[in-house]
Amino acid sequence: MQRFLNDPDDVVDETVAGFVRAHSDMVRLSAENPRVVLSNWAGTSGRVGVGTGGGSGHEPAFIGYAGRNMLDAVAVGELFSSPTAKTFHDAIRGADGGAGVAVLYGNYAGDNMNVKMALKMAAKEDIAVKTVVANDDVCSAPPEERDKRRGVAGEIFMWKTGCAKAALGGDLDEVIAAAQKAIDNCRSVGVGLAPCTLPSVGHPNFQIAPGMMEVGIGHHGEPGVRVEALADANAVAEDMVRIVLDDHNLPEGSEVAVLVSGLGATPVNELYVLYDRMAQAIEARGLKIWKPYVGSYFTSLDMIGATLTVMALDDELKTLLAHEAACPAM
Amino acid sequence: MPYIENAQAGSLIHELAGVIIENKAWLSEIDGKIGDGDHGINMAKGFGRAAERIGPDATLTEAMQTLSDVLMSEIGGSMGPLYGMMFADMAETLGQRTQIDAEAFGAMLRAGLEGVLDIGAAKPGDKTLLDALVPAVTQFDATFAATGDFAAALAAMRDAAQDGRDSTQDMIAKVGRSARLGERSRGVLDAGASSCALILTSFADGITKRLQSA
Repeated sequence: MQRFLNDPDDVVDETVAGFVRAHSDMVRLSAENPRVVLSNWAGTSGRVGVGTGGGSGHEPAFIGYAGRNMLDAVAVGELFSSPTAKTFHDAIRGADGGAGVAVLYGNYAGDNMNVKMALKMAAKEDIAVKTVVANDDVCSAPPEERDKRRGVAGEIFMWKTGCAKAALGGDLDEVIAAAQKAIDNCRSVGVGLAPCTLPSVGHPNFQIAPGMMEVGIGHHGEPGVRVEALADANAVAEDMVRIVLDDHNLPEGSEVAVLVSGLGATPVNELYVLYDRMAQAIEARGLKIWKPYVGSYFTSLDMIGATLTVMALDDELKTLLAHEAACPAM
Repeated sequence: MPYIENAQAGSLIHELAGVIIENKAWLSEIDGKIGDGDHGINMAKGFGRAAERIGPDATLTEAMQTLSDVLMSEIGGSMGPLYGMMFADMAETLGQRTQIDAEAFGAMLRAGLEGVLDIGAAKPGDKTLLDALVPAVTQFDATFAATGDFAAALAAMRDAAQDGRDSTQDMIAKVGRSARLGERSRGVLDAGASSCALILTSFADGITKRLQSA
């Protein structure tokens, strides 16, 4: 492994320490729990708080989306491992400004269980908490089992819109409804070219042979729908657009937001190579790209690969996406 | 009726932590075939930390509560809440009992199983720890009902847990991260069922060794 490490067991604590040191203008560590990152605007009285959490290794997600008019609190887990129930609970407490807390997180077994227990703890303290569970990863389950799909980069759009709704004075139900609409309107797909390695394990936990690609790969290397020879970038871009839009089934003329993210070890320039063809393919299907994002927004350690997320927009989602906000990741 | 004293039976958890730490590499290796490869690391971290905090005179109730607290507040992932709930509900059921006989142990096992079923979304056959736990609880109860023999029931529990673990080899994962593998998840043991079999085996051996006759 060619990695910047001290003791691999300390890598998450050191990541968080460096992150809050670098971005102290926007975030801080919770005094109660060193695994909770709080926005400097967290706990604003009378405003709905918005929290999330997940395993580490996806930086800048999840911590990088805490900020002004963005997430109030983020529960931090070990690499690719859900935060504890206590940490989710402390994040909920940190996000609470008396108007309730929306927990917007991804559909993974560990997160579901830990959030479920955190909700029980919060209920004892009379904090109103509601959840939205992201399930935008098209290849993780067929359309008729959408509740089994995992949450991936569409979570960023879910957070952005939910947080904007809270910033604009929405009540808890309105924030939840906006975030739910955002994720319902999102579809994502990933393509992996090389696996990632947990530092404490020391070797990749799955394999992608040289010259091959895994189409539909998940955010932790979960297998996709096809393993096939690595095609040229234009063909991969068109394939990803086809997978997302075939599942989406949007009427011609729809406006969309597009997010292309690297998975950690793909050079940023290649994301633009992909985007160039993706945008043409999306427009060729009669859709209008209202706002694109291209960069490393939601990664998977050192995986080589990229994800594409397309969110269908309406007037409300456009307003919420455009609402002024600041956070380290975007 | 044979029983063990609850007082100082916290040593059962010390012994269990030793077994988990001994099997750290094996559990991670199994997990690595269809998961992250960190099951052994997380289990050893959680059980090891708990053992450091359990005093030599702790009751089994206190020791399981400490173990549960560590798993739920410091380990996270999927195993934190699943085993955390299992040991919390076991500890609650045991409560202030001074002696643990077969009836008390059976109630403790069933409460642990209920805890896992309540927090998780899996059912038997999904290639999870339930495939070791469910048959173990069933066989403990059935054997004790048939024979009235605590030691025989513990042996039946241990054998059923190990057979259950082995049965996951041919299963396709239905929940959790490995569920995405479909057919590719067949042919390897489930890491959760493997650690669960270690836990139940350690309990069976440790209690059998301590059994007294009233």
